[in-house]
Amino acid sequence: MSATVETPAATPAEPGKLTKDTYRGRIHPDWCPGCGDFSVLAALQTAMFELGLQPHQVCVVSGIGCSSNLPGYVNTYGMHTLHGRSLAVATGVKLGNHELKVICTGGDGDGFGIGGNHFVHTMRRNVDLTYIVMDNQIYGLTTGQCSPTSVKGMKTKSTPHGSVENPINPIPMAIVCGATYVARAFSGKQKHMVEMFKGAIQHKGFALVDVFSPCVTYNKDNTYQWFNPRVKILEEQGHDPTDLHKAIDRGYQWGEEIPIGLFWRRTDLETLEEQEPVLHTGEGPLAFRRNLSIPSDQAKALINELL
Amino acid sequence: MAQSGKIDFAVGIGGENGQGIASTGDILARIFARRGLHLNAYNAYQSIIRGGHTFLTVRASDSPVRNMGDKIDVFIPLNQDTMDRHLQLLKSGACAIYDNEKITPGQAADGVQLCPMPMKELTQGNKLAINTAALGAALQLLGIESEPLESVVARQFKKKGDAVVAQNIAIARAGYDYAAQNFKAFPWKTPVGPKPLGVITGNQATAMGGAAAGVKFYAAYPMSPSTGVLMWMAAHARQLGIMVRQVEDEIGVMNMVIGAAHAGCRAMCATSGGGFALMSEAVGMAGMIETPVVCVDVQRAGPATGVPTKTEQGDLWQILGAGQGDFPKLVVAPSSQLDLFRTVPELFNLCDKYQCPGLVLADLLISEGTSSIDPDELDFEVKIDRGELILPNGNGDGANAASGYNDKAYLRFKNTESGISPRAVPGVPGHIFTAATDEHDEDGTIISDEFTNPHKRRMMVEKRGRKMHAAINDVAPPKLFGPENAAVTLVGWGSTEGVIREAVEKLAGEEGIVANHLQIKWIVPFHAAEISRILWQKNVIVVENTFSGQFARYLRSETGFDAQGHIRKYDGEPFMPHHIVEAVKEQLAGKAKLSVPVHEVLA
Repeated sequence: MSATVETPAATPAEPGKLTKDTYRGRIHPDWCPGCGDFSVLAALQTAMFELGLQPHQVCVVSGIGCSSNLPGYVNTYGMHTLHGRSLAVATGVKLGNHELKVICTGGDGDGFGIGGNHFVHTMRRNVDLTYIVMDNQIYGLTTGQCSPTSVKGMKTKSTPHGSVENPINPIPMAIVCGATYVARAFSGKQKHMVEMFKGAIQHKGFALVDVFSPCVTYNKDNTYQWFNPRVKILEEQGHDPTDLHKAIDRGYQWGEEIPIGLFWRRTDLETLEEQEPVLHTGEGPLAFRRNLSIPSDQAKALINELL
Repeated sequence: MAQSGKIDFAVGIGGENGQGIASTGDILARIFARRGLHLNAYNAYQSIIRGGHTFLTVRASDSPVRNMGDKIDVFIPLNQDTMDRHLQLLKSGACAIYDNEKITPGQAADGVQLCPMPMKELTQGNKLAINTAALGAALQLLGIESEPLESVVARQFKKKGDAVVAQNIAIARAGYDYAAQNFKAFPWKTPVGPKPLGVITGNQATAMGGAAAGVKFYAAYPMSPSTGVLMWMAAHARQLGIMVRQVEDEIGVMNMVIGAAHAGCRAMCATSGGGFALMSEAVGMAGMIETPVVCVDVQRAGPATGVPTKTEQGDLWQILGAGQGDFPKLVVAPSSQLDLFRTVPELFNLCDKYQCPGLVLADLLISEGTSSIDPDELDFEVKIDRGELILPNGNGDGANAASGYNDKAYLRFKNTESGISPRAVPGVPGHIFTAATDEHDEDGTIISDEFTNPHKRRMMVEKRGRKMHAAINDVAPPKLFGPENAAVTLVGWGSTEGVIREAVEKLAGEEGIVANHLQIKWIVPFHAAEISRILWQKNVIVVENTFSGQFARYLRSETGFDAQGHIRKYDGEPFMPHHIVEAVKEQLAGKAKLSVPVHEVLA
């Protein structure tokens, strides 16, 4: 460890007062004007501010796609990983340092298409992560091909005659795969989205917030105008998020009325981190363990197994 | 068999998978190692859980044993198939121990002792204990007392209860006594070495090397022949404070390992070629975001599913090309079980120093292969150097330019002279940045899209690439073994060191041919200048387990040196010393420039 550079605990004793601006990133988003992702970014910054999260104790991890550029636009630690891999990377970050708040962001193609396998398994593990999907039902960064959530019949550049495939519905999928907080939000309802995010970040366990975040450039079907009259807030309808069957039923609802809000939450399951004794030895996060060498008595025991 | 004063013999046990061959091999290996003998064990098996044909060779000697050797002295066929395949390969002086009711011997060579045993009677009808009775007989013929067998049998069956232990000890003793009364022991007695040795597989050595290096995160997807690393890690995780995860696929494995490494852990994974193929893109991520990770590729015969339980060195170019684009990574090919143990911590230090991925090329031969090991050689007190890592809440004096509470001043990817930039991890106050797989500026800001800038792109490519300029000084150059002037120089890489070394000794001892040997371990960085100097004007034969000569091509690409001859084996089985000896003779006689030895056993 000789060359390891270590900083003092906190050079100025006061880390500075948190304001909404604290969470503003170095650069301005490069999203198209009117993109739903602006609203998601603002809601996330507001949620972090209202929860009083210290920026250096948050790591925002994304995949690849328009929405996955988000980590660069918030002032927290960030990772902009590979297409579809944010949940796997984020799981590693969280297990390496379980004291961090780890928030994953990305799009529907990233999360439900190329990242589908990690999506399923991260949920069943109940890793304490918040996963925000900016679901625009289209591939935007590649200029408008159909996505796993594109509705059947949707005409895109890769489905010029209309998609013949059924879409994924992430809400019931997340519920049955073991996510313990499953919510939906809409970019047109930012205040509600902030509440969904705050609940997700505070929730112990895997939390999904699927956000209808319209692509104003490539999705001419699922627009703000299309969603606005349809979205209905579950919290205003007396939905009980502990009722599994109702949660699934409401999750499948689509058409004239599309519910947003918290579908499903359970707090009786331990998180992956809670169940792993190596994280609870009183030595803090694995990443910050100081003495990495195997003590000589343990080394001797390991060698004795070979004799 | 006694050769020039030393005792060197091999026991071969064969039968169907599920007949307890591996555990019989373990018992034998432990008996020999506890006696202080050196040994090497190789199990030729198939990718099925029951049935098929398995043949395990345990070779032992009072001198170092580096491979499975050329011959069998004690042959234990547990079924007719094994008898039929191998008996004709036994040479005078060897013996075959078998069940006289179930197995009929064929025609054996003169001087081969047939040892039929009434197994049903000796085992009291316990079919699963036939190997134990045969083991008792084998040890008697080898001149080993029965006590070591009893203590090792007791250890092996401890979990099954006292009754099973007692029964197996009785059966082992019955076999031992039967052999004493009915067969002729070898004319030599198995010696006792100066001190008891341990028994280790390469996968165990790899895992223990990781533990010694301070690995705190290990992830894997089960894949033969690398799974042994996962099993060791899982078994010791809680005791050693290591987070071990079995992940949904190897894509997830590598990405998770990178996440944990980015958070500040020493993180590692192992797989085989197919799993590594899935990891490739993420290897590039580790290169781009400059995260140190170690991945072990335990090669098996490919391509695709290939031959899951057979060895090959065919992943060299896959590893060299892993990850799209052009970025630095370290590649090393250890040569033995002990070398695996020592190389993993060394590689971690280099990965931390250069903030890049490090890849280990092992293979089935050394990773599933078993070796005796001197416990004093397993030194866990290794140097751990995390390089320019910035962790929080330390007791540093804050003197370094990157420390302090100022997010704006910190440049995670600072364009330094060495190319190495101080690396803060999430959770450290004052060092906030985003690590992006898109090309980025010194502060992490993405420059690939709207701010694309050829000057910055060039700067960052050069910054990363420059890190490797000094790395060659950190790894030992290969050394020529044997006399400088020789008729032929054998060049190998990785796991073939032991067998080539023995071939060189055999060429000198039995054929009067002076050969020398250059084994290459570090693939990237590659000691091109030193290797060129050594090989210059020599008659070089490259020995490797590939069809197309991947290593010979790599050697040529890095040095311009074109080897005169090639010995290649790609049938899944490892080289035996005589394969190399005969091929060298053939090539020195001008009969061939490319030799492909035929594997006699298991036809």
